[in-house]
Amino acid sequence: MSYNINEKGYYGEFGGAFIPEMLYPNVEELRQNYLKVMAEPLFQEEFNQLLKDYVGRPSPLYFAKRLSEKYNTKVYLKREDLNHTGAHKVNNTIGQILMAKRLGKTRIIAETGAGQHGVATATVCALMGMECIVYMGEIDIARQAPNVARMKMLGAEVRPALSGSRTLKDATNEAIRDWINNPVDTHYIIGSAIGPHPYPDMVTRFQSIISEEIKWQLKEHEGKENPDYVVACIGGGSNAAGTYYHFLDNEDVGIIAVEAAGKGIHSGESAATSALGKEGIIHGCKTLLMQTNDGQITEPYSISAGLDYPGVGPMHSHLYKSGRGEFYSATDDEAMTAGLELAQLEGIIPAIETSHALAIFSHKTFEPNDIVVISLSGRGDKDLQNYIDYFKL
Amino acid sequence: MNRINQKLKEGKKLLSIYFTAGYPNINDTITIIQNLEKSGVDMIEIGLPFSDPLADGPTIQDSSTKALQNGMTSELLFQQLKDIRKTVSIPLIIMGYFNPVMQYGVEAFCKKCQEIGIDGLILPDLPVDVYAEQYKDTFEKYGLISVFLITPQTSDERIRYIDSVSDGFIYMVSSASTTGAKSGFGNAQEDYFNRIANMKLSNPQIVGFGISNNETFMQATKQAKGAIIGSAFIKHVTANGVDTIDTFVDNIKP
Ligand SMILES: Cc1ncc(COP(=O)(O)O)c(C=O)c1O
Repeated sequence: MSYNINEKGYYGEFGGAFIPEMLYPNVEELRQNYLKVMAEPLFQEEFNQLLKDYVGRPSPLYFAKRLSEKYNTKVYLKREDLNHTGAHKVNNTIGQILMAKRLGKTRIIAETGAGQHGVATATVCALMGMECIVYMGEIDIARQAPNVARMKMLGAEVRPALSGSRTLKDATNEAIRDWINNPVDTHYIIGSAIGPHPYPDMVTRFQSIISEEIKWQLKEHEGKENPDYVVACIGGGSNAAGTYYHFLDNEDVGIIAVEAAGKGIHSGESAATSALGKEGIIHGCKTLLMQTNDGQITEPYSISAGLDYPGVGPMHSHLYKSGRGEFYSATDDEAMTAGLELAQLEGIIPAIETSHALAIFSHKTFEPNDIVVISLSGRGDKDLQNYIDYFKL
Repeated sequence: MNRINQKLKEGKKLLSIYFTAGYPNINDTITIIQNLEKSGVDMIEIGLPFSDPLADGPTIQDSSTKALQNGMTSELLFQQLKDIRKTVSIPLIIMGYFNPVMQYGVEAFCKKCQEIGIDGLILPDLPVDVYAEQYKDTFEKYGLISVFLITPQTSDERIRYIDSVSDGFIYMVSSASTTGAKSGFGNAQEDYFNRIANMKLSNPQIVGFGISNNETFMQATKQAKGAIIGSAFIKHVTANGVDTIDTFVDNIKP
């Protein structure tokens, strides 16, 4: 059994492209070209060069000694937080801006929740001199002011999404509507492993540099390529998809996902999609999503804006449903505590999204000899105000 | 024969009106349908509201949000429509997004439609190939016509494919846009209308998006079989309620 995508664009029963006909030419153009373009030597060269010189890759694989001692196991942190712009998101935006250029596009649109993907998109648009419009829910604009300012400074236009619940899912709707209205010159840079095929696969491939590096870095550290576990937090699932990618079909490597339980899975304020979701269609993709019995998509909640998405990427629905992945969810409190712990044990302040992955230790006990690689997807600078408010710092 | 196919045989240009069920008020559904028929409308698209209508512009988004706040659900809509065929005889189509239909159960949904006397479904985010592979048999079993969209960007090859899968009419989206975005047609639309007319498709075409008055209705139906009005009608009931639907329709149809 393979856990990767099949030639029709599905992971098991999940994925596909459930899009209105207005989007078909755009998505089809991408579908027909993305693998071809990504395989071009010149594309590869430019992509790798930028990842090295501009993003600062490879990101270190750091053996977290004090954290390992505390939990009596061997913990490695994959330091995506050290990337330019402070998270894994930029791996994808570099890849997609190069893709957009190859396809002759001149205008870039994106959605953003916390603003991390928006900043990463605005950054690569500045780098390439492309017009950039970022859709962001009106409510998120108010609660993520520093990232809004960053995007503006980078030359992007931030457009408030005023529809629905005025958060990430509505920003995504607005970006899709923009694309419908601008089918020829525009490329939509989706920020996670979600959306219609080929997006989940394309984003996953751009993020797969994470597990590619883990393999050779772990070999240097431990003399073997494969850890016992890879752990990542899941919003839409892009850092997780990149972290799992090269281990998907090697069942000796355990795959662990941590979702945001918010105030508790059954509190009514949660974003634990695998636990609460049912199969359905969101943003052009058949996957697990949080919805009412009547099929209306519901609004998730998490202290972390980047995990506040009512669906998960189709790869993750398949990992969940097939049992290949172990799925956990961490509450706001567990995540915040894990974030503080990392700061004080290792001197690294993680993004609150990432703190959810770190909270795995309150849910699972590892063996002393287990090698556990955790995706440290982003740094906590953007979340300082949240940490200040929470811990009364 | 399905009421849609029968209607398409009539030798006149057809006016179809879209409205969002549960808007402006939860119990307006029947009144709107009856008043539309009395006003001489040829076909009705009953909008099943969805939380995330990504092909729609602000007018239909807002009506959908309001309808959901009012409490509209698939189940409630079916209840409201239960006796509709006692008073209304023109074709009725349910238009909505695929997820609510999937959650109801595609087969259960189709069965319910047949019981009520619904003639077809328009689900813009159900791709034609998925329909052909997985759902066509079910739709046909319950006598439902599935209507697919084409746009100015759709290739000839794909239009031919859609034509081959369709068995009613083709919904011709007038421009690359969400609903309600533009009003009026320019040269690009003229070219598109001509291109499609010259393809001599086996299904008649009905034009939607951007039609709001007599002028745009006439332009759209110069070659196509009919035209669909959505956002402009929603704006009318927002401003005037559901009792003056005839004035709206009189202004469209000559
Ligand atoms: C640091 C960080 N980690 C994780 C995520 C969640 O996204 P994904 O699940 O696509 O990795 C985000 C999203 O904003 C983020 O900023």
